[in-house]
Amino acid sequence: MIDVAVVATAQMPNVRSETRRNEVEMLMPVLQEVRERAGLDRTEIGFTCSGSTDYLSGQAFSFVSTLDGVGPWPPIQESHVEMDGAWALYEAWVKLQLGEVDTALVYSYGKSSPGPLHEVLSRQLDPYHVAPLWPDAISLAALQARALLESGRATEADLAEVACRSRRAALDNPNAQLRWDRSVEEHLAEEPIVDPLRRSDCPPITDGACAVILAAGDRARSLAARPAWIRGIDHRVEPMALGLRDLTTSASTHQAGQRAGVGDGPVDVAELHAPFTHQELILRAALGLDDHGNVNPSGGALAANPVMVAGLTRIAEVAQRILDGEAGRGVAHATSGPCLQQNLVCVLEGDR
Amino acid sequence: MGKERVAVVGVGQTKHQATRGDVSLAGLVREAAVRALEDAEMTWADVDAVVVGKAPDFFEGVMMPELYLADALGAVGKPLFRVHTAGSVGGSTAIVAAQLVQAGIHERVLTVAFEKQSDSEAMWALSLPIPFQPPMHAGAGGYFAPHVRSYMARSKAPDHIGILVALKDRTNALKNPYAHLHEHDISFDSIKDSIMLWDPIRYAETCPSSDGACAMVLASEAVADAAPGPVAWIHGTAMRSEPTMSADRDPVLPRGGADCARDVFAQAGITNPRRQVDCVEMYVPFSWFEPMWLENLGFAAPGEGWRLVEDGVTQLDGDLPVNMSGGVLSSNPIGASGMLRFAEAALQVRGRAGEHQVDGARTAVGHAYGGGSQFFAMWVVGSDKP
Amino acid sequence: MADLALPPSLQGVEPVRSVRTPARLEYQYTAGEATTRFLRGIEQRRILGERAPGGKVYVPSRGADPQLGVPTSEQVELPAVGTLTSFCVVNVAFYGQGMEIPYTSGLILLDGADLPIMHLIQECPVEDVRIGMRVEGVWVDDDDLAPTLESIRYFRPTGEPDVEVVQPGEGVTW
Repeated sequence: MIDVAVVATAQMPNVRSETRRNEVEMLMPVLQEVRERAGLDRTEIGFTCSGSTDYLSGQAFSFVSTLDGVGPWPPIQESHVEMDGAWALYEAWVKLQLGEVDTALVYSYGKSSPGPLHEVLSRQLDPYHVAPLWPDAISLAALQARALLESGRATEADLAEVACRSRRAALDNPNAQLRWDRSVEEHLAEEPIVDPLRRSDCPPITDGACAVILAAGDRARSLAARPAWIRGIDHRVEPMALGLRDLTTSASTHQAGQRAGVGDGPVDVAELHAPFTHQELILRAALGLDDHGNVNPSGGALAANPVMVAGLTRIAEVAQRILDGEAGRGVAHATSGPCLQQNLVCVLEGDR
Repeated sequence: MGKERVAVVGVGQTKHQATRGDVSLAGLVREAAVRALEDAEMTWADVDAVVVGKAPDFFEGVMMPELYLADALGAVGKPLFRVHTAGSVGGSTAIVAAQLVQAGIHERVLTVAFEKQSDSEAMWALSLPIPFQPPMHAGAGGYFAPHVRSYMARSKAPDHIGILVALKDRTNALKNPYAHLHEHDISFDSIKDSIMLWDPIRYAETCPSSDGACAMVLASEAVADAAPGPVAWIHGTAMRSEPTMSADRDPVLPRGGADCARDVFAQAGITNPRRQVDCVEMYVPFSWFEPMWLENLGFAAPGEGWRLVEDGVTQLDGDLPVNMSGGVLSSNPIGASGMLRFAEAALQVRGRAGEHQVDGARTAVGHAYGGGSQFFAMWVVGSDKP
Repeated sequence: MADLALPPSLQGVEPVRSVRTPARLEYQYTAGEATTRFLRGIEQRRILGERAPGGKVYVPSRGADPQLGVPTSEQVELPAVGTLTSFCVVNVAFYGQGMEIPYTSGLILLDGADLPIMHLIQECPVEDVRIGMRVEGVWVDDDDLAPTLESIRYFRPTGEPDVEVVQPGEGVTW
């Protein structure tokens, strides 16, 4: 395997709704910033890969017009996945393994604000039996939360703790959208919006963008003083139907975590893509991080949840901490599909 | 170098049709996938990873349908990936799948591309009107028609070239049981007399709208060496993208297509494509794209592509057969069309193309394009190991 | 496909072959800054292109120079006059279109622009339309001006002599 590292990251400050700029205009500063941080001109990028989805923007082939922001001239090697940018990063990592190019630009962007997000996400569901009922994303998450509470492995106070800790941590993240310091009592005083979930148990609606530069071997060493090496990366999927899986555990996260080698070393920081509070608890258990003291220092998806971007952002957050010398080894996780159906785990480490 | 060898050990496709009302989404993809597995003499359990490709999800009205299809595709507990690069997606999906094997990550990858565009409204999905954007006065085909006219003006090609290509592809399709259009009464005159949709493109020179799926099993060298039947070795893969609207773009002879072809031929050690390639499956949705792509990919000099058509070179029994399967002109499930080109090229060098087999084909090219002629994906496959 | 073994209660019951599931989603689109500038210009009967750092003038501008991936912002006012670089004649009705067929849809390179726009060609019999024809835009009445390219109803021949059209990339071998 060729050693591949994250050498630069950039994000747009996450906002509830970007109504002034369109997607290309929103994305371009992020791409410029990440290239500047890596010290690379756009013509020096070997491979470009992005993640986005048409249903979010309400436009077929939506990624095509955004490509203009990359400046793909002369023609470039480029690909796109209809998935969170974390999977675009996976494709770029695979490409770099072939040894033909040694740098890659990975980006994802998404405006969740244009459409009714929770109804839009219901279009992912079984089109014959489930989607016609229009179960919104919050209700499905609430189903899962209820299952977790009933299992006895978590209480509503545990969920509240996740919510409060995340938004408090977000106070230190200039890119986060929801940032406040509230108590568990204040949280529990909220009326549930979809029992047992309270509004504060749920993610915000967010418009955002994130970009990352990957580089291989010596190229990485020349571009960053302390590259964030990808030591392991794996992803797995479960059946979509909620009745076919144990919603209180995340088997695919556990599987991906094992294969990515989470347990092979100390974990200084973990960024878990958990849009709902109960999901963080499920993911912690799946990765053996139950009592870990440094989960989602960025605030995680509870502080900013740009759909299709939040997973890549988790990788960027871990990588940047390693690049900055704040962490030695970290775990990043991304999820897709209803109730944690598909999961990707990435282990990153700096040189010792 | 970090590249392992990779081969196509199984190919499967559905019967393509305007409406496959006999199968659900799962049924459609499984029809192709099961055939590919059977061709490879493998079971679902043998598959290490699944790579899915398709075009905009508005075609089915299901967002990210591969998630819903995870169990139907035997992907539970495995990596499942979804590529979307517009019209070239079937090709780029195959390339992503091949890379997983070339990088030594997996040994057996199932790749599937599909579109069940009858489920939704295909024309609507293709040209969904978006506020603030200039209205598409002429629809999707009308976007390409002016570029075809430019080609005709630049090359001084005679008017009937488009008719010859359509006749060839639809006649070839009669030898492909999976093709959508089986027009037994087709003739030069029937095409010529068909209505001009977007002058200079006639109705009969235009691709249909189809439901369909295509699947392949890609395998490592060790697995391919032990395969029960002939395999297609991948000699090169390449992808290029260029901007939609750019002042220096040439939509008739796109640089992205030329760069893509040069890259893949260099990988495959091909210095004279016209002589060294035995047959080509290229993405021709409107018949005039055949001479245009022949030039773009380096099989003919600029302005000369139409002569290959005129001289019968690209006929099934010609010197460089093109679109032996009937091509996109005969079947167009949009998300699958690119992979069908790649798969048909593989069938040719495995000697498994049945009635539309080119005798002795040992080196074949698969080509796909998408968007406003801006996304290109190609591969070269051969009967021998690279 | 294996035959299903149906329970006795379902024997002879007609199977469901398909289900029609209407879906409706409302989206709010953002024009973006560049498109807003362009459309506001249209409202004032002005065609505003934007120059990219490399010197190329794009109209309508979408905010990015597609070759360099940087924002364009230098405004360039263009006349509603240009040359037809190519065209097609539409003979078939299709989704969302409301025009009488046949009609000509053309690519018009406005004087000073480096990328053609697509618009209707009218006041010219379809058989007389040709590459190189000089055309001018016909606007709607003042009362009907709106921030949309449809404020230009169509382009018609100016009557000037044709000019030679060199397609981008023509004569170039990559």
